[in-house]
Amino acid sequence: METFLSRYRNISVLLLLLAGQLLLLAYQVKSGQDVRLIRVWAVTAVAPLANVSEWVRERGARFGEMFAVRGLREENKRLKSELGQIKVQNNLLKAEISTADRAKALSIYAQTSPSKLLAARVIFLGTGANSRTVFVDRGSRDGVMKGMAVITPDGIAGRVTAAYPTASLVSLVTSPGFAAGVISQKPKVRGTMKGVGSSLCPVDHIENRDTVEVGEWLYTSGDDRIFPKGLPAGIVRSAREGRGGKDVVAEPVGLRSGVDEVLIVIGGVHGLIPDPLPPSSPGVQILEPPPAEPGSVPVEEPATGGGVVRTDADRLMDRYRRIGESQGHSFGAAPGRVPDFNRAPAPPKPAPTTAQPEAGTDAQPAAPVKKQ
Amino acid sequence: MNPFEERLLLRRGRQSRTTKLNPLVWILSPILAILFQVYVARHVDALSYLELPLLITVYLALMRRSPIVGAAAGAVIGLMQDSLSAQYLGMFGIVKTLVGYFAASVSMRFDVENSALRFLLSFFFFLFHQLFVWLLTRALLGQPMELQIPQTVILAFLNAVVAIPLFMILDRLRSETR
Repeated sequence: METFLSRYRNISVLLLLLAGQLLLLAYQVKSGQDVRLIRVWAVTAVAPLANVSEWVRERGARFGEMFAVRGLREENKRLKSELGQIKVQNNLLKAEISTADRAKALSIYAQTSPSKLLAARVIFLGTGANSRTVFVDRGSRDGVMKGMAVITPDGIAGRVTAAYPTASLVSLVTSPGFAAGVISQKPKVRGTMKGVGSSLCPVDHIENRDTVEVGEWLYTSGDDRIFPKGLPAGIVRSAREGRGGKDVVAEPVGLRSGVDEVLIVIGGVHGLIPDPLPPSSPGVQILEPPPAEPGSVPVEEPATGGGVVRTDADRLMDRYRRIGESQGHSFGAAPGRVPDFNRAPAPPKPAPTTAQPEAGTDAQPAAPVKKQ
Repeated sequence: MNPFEERLLLRRGRQSRTTKLNPLVWILSPILAILFQVYVARHVDALSYLELPLLITVYLALMRRSPIVGAAAGAVIGLMQDSLSAQYLGMFGIVKTLVGYFAASVSMRFDVENSALRFLLSFFFFLFHQLFVWLLTRALLGQPMELQIPQTVILAFLNAVVAIPLFMILDRLRSETR
């Protein structure tokens, strides 16, 4: 045995190393648990360095700008051109506005969104060539947990894969293993958008008979219990019939403006899928629908759906719902008192312009009305 | 043996020659390579395609000329990389263990100080690394992952180009022993 090992020492050590790591892999896959200690050490060691490097970089950039301005001023003096100075000042202001705009956009989005969001900054990338994972400067100390959605004002950006005390690992939409439930805008076709390591994402589980058009927007469906419903996910770039279902490929929209700053969804609130815009032809102007004539009965719109009332049944259902609301009656809640259907209902609420929190399930219809 | 083969294959007198690297190089170069990958690539997008930890693994294995040391170095560097990635611990570890072992095995037969050979080895090991990661991700973990062959070949070429000056810089930090 000893001779055998000494003769095949190299290959024995190789097999030992491989077996050890395969066992480590098998343990993680089988138990679904991570070897957290190693990762926590690594991330905790690297995150402070990243924060310092970011700080130094930002200050360095400011110093660089200062030197650039000084150099340009000297040149301008030499050339007796006041215009140059104005240009430099203009460039500086533009840079400041650009930075401020980005931060402001995030801040405005965070304020207007119904979900509870936490702003985070990307501090370093995950390892691996062309890695599609990033680390952000918010960790479990800030309330970040594994599985939380990560978004940008443009759309979904990724998902928190691991939360460490000082930083969190985020798998971007395009990273292998990422998946999000999506729903198409027009015929409400459901599918799963997956990351495969390239810039485009296939959308699985769509039947060949379903209609999905190129250029159509995909929104999160909320089915995955990670992303709140109604967030932009991607735009369909190709759709054709396949063997096991429709081959749909989408371009994720959340990464369009880069991922320097992101928002972590601490408390998600489902929204609505906006209706598609009417088809327009280039060079043809289509006006908005005309306003209601004075004295005419306004078209009532249901407050729950936010969409246009299409049938008489919808209008009737919405009228009953508002009658119930104005008289403090909850349909289907308790037997006994019945609302007076002869009384005029409360005026309809204004239609929401942006995605709003959804009270219950998808376009929840009113509860059935009990007959007298 | 023709002159070209003579240049590439090791002669008897050089076979036992190993390279002694400063212990700091052994410790610092993998750490710096990983930090480069996570920090610098964030600000310069084009550099995100550089796989410096792999190049360092290849260099250490080639210079040490010991398959055991090469495999061990590959395992450690790979596991360090795994700890800062989204995938399971061991994925890069297994691949880099194999890279370190094979690179050290090659170094026992060839003159690895030849720049052309270094270029070819870096090119080959990058392809091997990417292919094996793809294979493990799909076959072992059953996760979807695309392997874009033209892009991978171009990246292998670029990494091999970077490997030549990088290895030259690292050559300055070594001392040879018999």
